[in-house]
Amino acid sequence: MTPGTRDLLSARQLHVTFPGRGGRPDAKGVDGVDLDVESGEILALVGESGCGKTTLARSLLGLEKPSGGEVSYDGSSLAYDTRSLRSYRRRVQLVMQDPSGALNPRHSVYESVAEGLRIHRVVDAKRTAGEQVTETELVSRALSQAGLRPPERFFLNYPHELSGGQRQRVVIAGALAVEPEVIVADEPVSSLDASIRGEILALLLKLRDELGLSVLVVTHDLGLAWNIADRIAVMYLGRIVEVGTTEEVLSSPRHPYTRALLSVVPEIDQIEPIVLHGETPDPTRMPSGCRFHPRCPALLDGTAAEAGIEADCTSRQLPVLTAGGDHRAACWLPGRL
Amino acid sequence: MALLEIDDLRVTYRASSGDMPAVRGVTLSVATGETVGIAGESGCGKSTLASTVLRLQPKNAEVGGTVLLDGQDVQTMRWGHLRAMRWNDAAIVFQGALHSLNPVQRIGDQIAEPIRLHDASVSKAQAAARVGELLEQVGLPSARAAAYPHQLSGGQKQRIMIALALACRPRLIVADEPTTALDVMVQAQVLDLLTDLVHDLGLGLLLISHDLSVLGTTCDRVLVMYAGRVVEEGPADRLFDHPLHPYGGALAAAFPRVGDPVARFAPIGLPGDPPDPRDLPPGCAFHPRCALGTDICTRTDPALEPLGIDRQVACLHADEGRDMKLLLAQRVAQRSQERLAQRAEATS
Repeated sequence: MTPGTRDLLSARQLHVTFPGRGGRPDAKGVDGVDLDVESGEILALVGESGCGKTTLARSLLGLEKPSGGEVSYDGSSLAYDTRSLRSYRRRVQLVMQDPSGALNPRHSVYESVAEGLRIHRVVDAKRTAGEQVTETELVSRALSQAGLRPPERFFLNYPHELSGGQRQRVVIAGALAVEPEVIVADEPVSSLDASIRGEILALLLKLRDELGLSVLVVTHDLGLAWNIADRIAVMYLGRIVEVGTTEEVLSSPRHPYTRALLSVVPEIDQIEPIVLHGETPDPTRMPSGCRFHPRCPALLDGTAAEAGIEADCTSRQLPVLTAGGDHRAACWLPGRL
Repeated sequence: MALLEIDDLRVTYRASSGDMPAVRGVTLSVATGETVGIAGESGCGKSTLASTVLRLQPKNAEVGGTVLLDGQDVQTMRWGHLRAMRWNDAAIVFQGALHSLNPVQRIGDQIAEPIRLHDASVSKAQAAARVGELLEQVGLPSARAAAYPHQLSGGQKQRIMIALALACRPRLIVADEPTTALDVMVQAQVLDLLTDLVHDLGLGLLLISHDLSVLGTTCDRVLVMYAGRVVEEGPADRLFDHPLHPYGGALAAAFPRVGDPVARFAPIGLPGDPPDPRDLPPGCAFHPRCALGTDICTRTDPALEPLGIDRQVACLHADEGRDMKLLLAQRVAQRSQERLAQRAEATS
């Protein structure tokens, strides 16, 4: 398996707009995004709550129909009829944030994992292809790939009988059972204890190495990205504002927003913390110019004025960062774009 | 005399399915102007411990040892006295605070309620003025008093919960996972706020979290709990940078330092699950998950012993004062090196 040779899942000029109700303006959840997930890579999509990262992930999964632009998979653009979506979802699977909420409390582990197999008629498809398998074998295999061994021991357990880490492994096994090529994991460890966190992250790395899976991890946790991601895309208010390899983005961040995010990670004490005031602004009222300018530390401390770009920051629209290529940031400061 | 003194606290939940010891002998104190952290995973007894500070533990909990708040025994005092001490002397910000606001009541009224209940002489107008003052203290405009909870973001709701805890000017605040549901930037804002309040109002703060990196940057001292006991105690920054107990090491390593080459492609986890309190392993309760466990660990239960001037640790293998985080990292580093080599080979 050779990583990074092929763009598996791509977004081009993607827009997702939610219509405003009662005369309110539309909310632009995703406002022009170009992004590639390459085969065999782990890409971390990071940003604050409300920045649109979950909406972007949902539209990549085909759960949200874009209002503009397109999602393409393996070179062909995604169609939104039931049939195509069904076959698409077998290839791109979602692992949800909260394992306790994602599992049906009245389904045993076996049933939870087998559900996807039944929906996608995986056993029939394999038999037609001449492979003699049973559902039980596939469920066992998925559970042991997810690190629940021996798998038979867990078949008849219900979610309440499992620990948080085991539940998350069952959710991952459910996704693995249908043999996807891409896994989208939305905050896979944020609801787990510190001690279990590392184990689940190690599992994602192992799946990539052993099965060649691509993983898109949606998270606000930069430590997680440093632990497992090959590349990072930083999102702010519907746009990707910085993209590059994990080393580039986290060791020499170019966007003032990425710098601020990094400075508040509790373990980093070398940098003076830049605590941004206020929360993510409102996606129904996009600021003019650079969308980060109302909170931008570079504009506040005069760095922007020194570079003579203040007017650009407040009034000139930035281009959408194109996918692929080097380390870039959507910022008017010299040398950042 | 410290603000809060807990001595050899034991809490056992009585149930028909058997007794469950949740806290098994914890001693700690919090002084005025001091922030003390408790770290540990779910089920280690940290929230049970917090509930005993104001005698909020469920009825089936049997409490041993003493909890002294301002020198008075909380667990044995008369009900009326206890009721007067709640809110006035100590207040708790509970875990999942984001869901504990009443959705159909304006937040100003919710903050005014304890103020007027605890001091009948306060008029409505005086209470409203105090609410405005509290909101500004936690960094919100006083006009937000008219808002309903659904109009606020997660970070704002957490600020409201802190304003509520401050309502009756307590001297001690217990905060149980106050930033767990928040994202990094908002977490930094809330932690800054708590630190400023401790400093400005001279509060004592008992901060509970599973995230040792959060405690490491905000607390003066930290205690690490495992299976109802304190396994390690020490100054917060040193404990986070140089943990002496293998469990403290695992917690510290769970949140890697961004930029640390050792942690790249090498997340450190702790195998296994926390033990069932009804059926604790013999010897050291941590030995089944411990990377350093030897034969003696299965037989001897180590006591919390001083190590150096200001550290305490309960581990039979801690005597050399080794940095457990580093030790764990080295074990995983080899795995990581192999993985990187493999990837380099695959790419070329």
